[in-house]
Amino acid sequence: MEKRVVFRSWWLPYLLVAPQLAVTIIFFFLPAGQAIWTSLLSQDPFGINVEFVGLDNFAALFHDEHYLASFKVTAVFSVLVAGLGLSISLVLAVFADRAMFGAGFYKTLLIWPYAVAHAVAAVLWLFLFNPTLGVVAHWIKGFGIAWDPLLRDNDAMILVVVAAVWNQISYNFLFFLAGLQSIPKSLIEAAAIDGAGPARRFATIVFPLLSPTTFFLLVVNVVYAFFQTFAIIDAATSGGPGNATEILVYKVYKDGFKALDLGSSAAQSVILMLIVIALTVIQFRYVERKVQY
Amino acid sequence: MSLRIHRLVRTLAAVAFAGVALPALAQTEIQWWHSMTGALNDRVNEFAKGFNESQKEFKVVPVFKGQYPESMAAAIAAFRAGNAPHILQVFEVGTATMMSAKGAIVPVQKVMTDAGEKFDQKAYIPSVAGYYTTSKGQMLSFPFNSSTPVFYYNKDMFEKAGVDPNRAPATWPEVMAAAAKIKTSGTSQCAYTSGWPSWVHVENFSAWHNVPIATRENGMAGLDTVFQINTPLHVRHWSNLKEWADKGYFTYGGRTNQAEAKFYSGECAMLTSSSAAQANINRNAKFKYGVAFMPYYADVAGAPQNSIIGGASLWAMAGKPKNDYKGVAKFFTYLSDPARVAEWHQKTGYLPITPAAYEMTKSSGFYEKNPGTDVSVRQMLNKPPTANSKGLRFGSFVQIRTAFEEEFENMLAGKQDAKKALDNAVERGNDMLRKFEKTVKE
Repeated sequence: MEKRVVFRSWWLPYLLVAPQLAVTIIFFFLPAGQAIWTSLLSQDPFGINVEFVGLDNFAALFHDEHYLASFKVTAVFSVLVAGLGLSISLVLAVFADRAMFGAGFYKTLLIWPYAVAHAVAAVLWLFLFNPTLGVVAHWIKGFGIAWDPLLRDNDAMILVVVAAVWNQISYNFLFFLAGLQSIPKSLIEAAAIDGAGPARRFATIVFPLLSPTTFFLLVVNVVYAFFQTFAIIDAATSGGPGNATEILVYKVYKDGFKALDLGSSAAQSVILMLIVIALTVIQFRYVERKVQY
Repeated sequence: MSLRIHRLVRTLAAVAFAGVALPALAQTEIQWWHSMTGALNDRVNEFAKGFNESQKEFKVVPVFKGQYPESMAAAIAAFRAGNAPHILQVFEVGTATMMSAKGAIVPVQKVMTDAGEKFDQKAYIPSVAGYYTTSKGQMLSFPFNSSTPVFYYNKDMFEKAGVDPNRAPATWPEVMAAAAKIKTSGTSQCAYTSGWPSWVHVENFSAWHNVPIATRENGMAGLDTVFQINTPLHVRHWSNLKEWADKGYFTYGGRTNQAEAKFYSGECAMLTSSSAAQANINRNAKFKYGVAFMPYYADVAGAPQNSIIGGASLWAMAGKPKNDYKGVAKFFTYLSDPARVAEWHQKTGYLPITPAAYEMTKSSGFYEKNPGTDVSVRQMLNKPPTANSKGLRFGSFVQIRTAFEEEFENMLAGKQDAKKALDNAVERGNDMLRKFEKTVKE
């Protein structure tokens, strides 16, 4: 059966996609083009002395050890955020799906954190983990573990990862729960009758059938870790101590809006854009093959 | 038909035009972008309201545009789009960026002279005026809120630890002797903390000991300046801080003013931070506290010299109609009134930026009633400023200061010693200075 819809008039399809195209061009292609152009210039903040410098800004970046270190930080941060965010929410979704009593209550509680703005979440966790005032910091110290996110790299990283994951769990949870509920009960029951235990049923039936959801969430979470965690980093650590939590997108902001070095900042955002495009392509080319729709 | 529509359009246009044009005819709006929050924001609004009521021709509209770096970035973006505000409040680390933006700003002196307003830059404290004056002697921006770091200590804790609460520790060894007693007596887990690490322990530390931060008079004499903060004296101070941190005498308090809360909450016994913190400390501290000069090393010749300022000044942005600058000038004159400067100083803890305001505050008996409020200004006027202590001027200084703070944190975290940290700071700072030099030079 042919699914294609054929329009009678030639202009109607163009008219129908025009609004979406306009939005994409105005809010994506134009700014992106401008960023690429700015990345090839050297200029003072006010744009009074502008000079075309070719790829100098990019060359300078790859000689800057702090920029290279930021790649490593970003890699660690996004793997942790996407990995923990997905696995914790999957576990929660599986349990919430099984809950007999008060399922609605659990679900509401689990969805709640999504309503909290990123910056607010960061401040909340910052407060809980504050070495002198924070409750959680007090417990950690009670176990005899040193804790100071102001000076210790790993502590700061833990703090921003926890805040970022906590903020994202609800979103992942919702999708996983919906995915779980759409798996036909008959399949699971059939497997149970054949003698498969809960772990085996999950591994051979539930997880593979969830793969479209998981794949979608993987893409969304990587993008989240790369871009939307900006507010969390800014409010919790401002990239410190040293540069220990300075992820790429934070460095773009810091160099562009605080240091007013527009050329370097634009070059960084171009590189960031290329990375995310590359990651998304890889995900769709290779990971998607394993997805069963 | 078409005639009727034509008439209708004309009428509508006339009505719309009248609606827009009438208030503009009566009053010219002067946009003032600033970064003052809380009680300071209220004071800013009062200034504008007072000015607007004092005359009919101009209307100053204060707009809060976020923290200092944000309002500056916003104004720069607005300038590039052709609608900058008339007046912009810029923090002291942004001064060099503004100064090199020829064509984006109008020197305050020119604004005043063109409008025929009286303006005497000698009316300001030299180390305040010097900060905003070119090497040729032209004052570029209007000093507004200036502060300087001072030393605060908790008198109750001193007493409990057996340290004389009526005599503040004057030197760094005395601070540490007090810290040791506070710590060993179990009075507090946190003896000493500090806000603004670069401002206090690099910039003011250098000025206070009369040693340069960088060549070319700390950058005030030229863009080809080079940092000199890895001298034995700087290394000695930073390694002391590291040693004190290891012993638990010094608790790191973050890059901005977070340490102030550690002091007024009664957690830390001693603090070095902005004089403008006093309003908050006064409101929150449930203990007796003292304010004193910043500590120094007594064996350094010439120490203590005088401290340098932080805070912000007001810049007139270029590209506005000529008549608007008359309003800007009138508003600056309004703000310069000694009584207003004095009131601003007394209510906020910012420096009295003119000696007249200082004298006025003194003779009103304010300092006797509020002990410690004159420490900042006495520290600024301690000695006539030298090339090392009249201020500093570095391009990209926001970025450079962050680099200094990162190196400081890496030292405290034990990743490098003081010498390496300061060497790195110098190297990274110089790189950014060279880059800035390149972007502003034609």
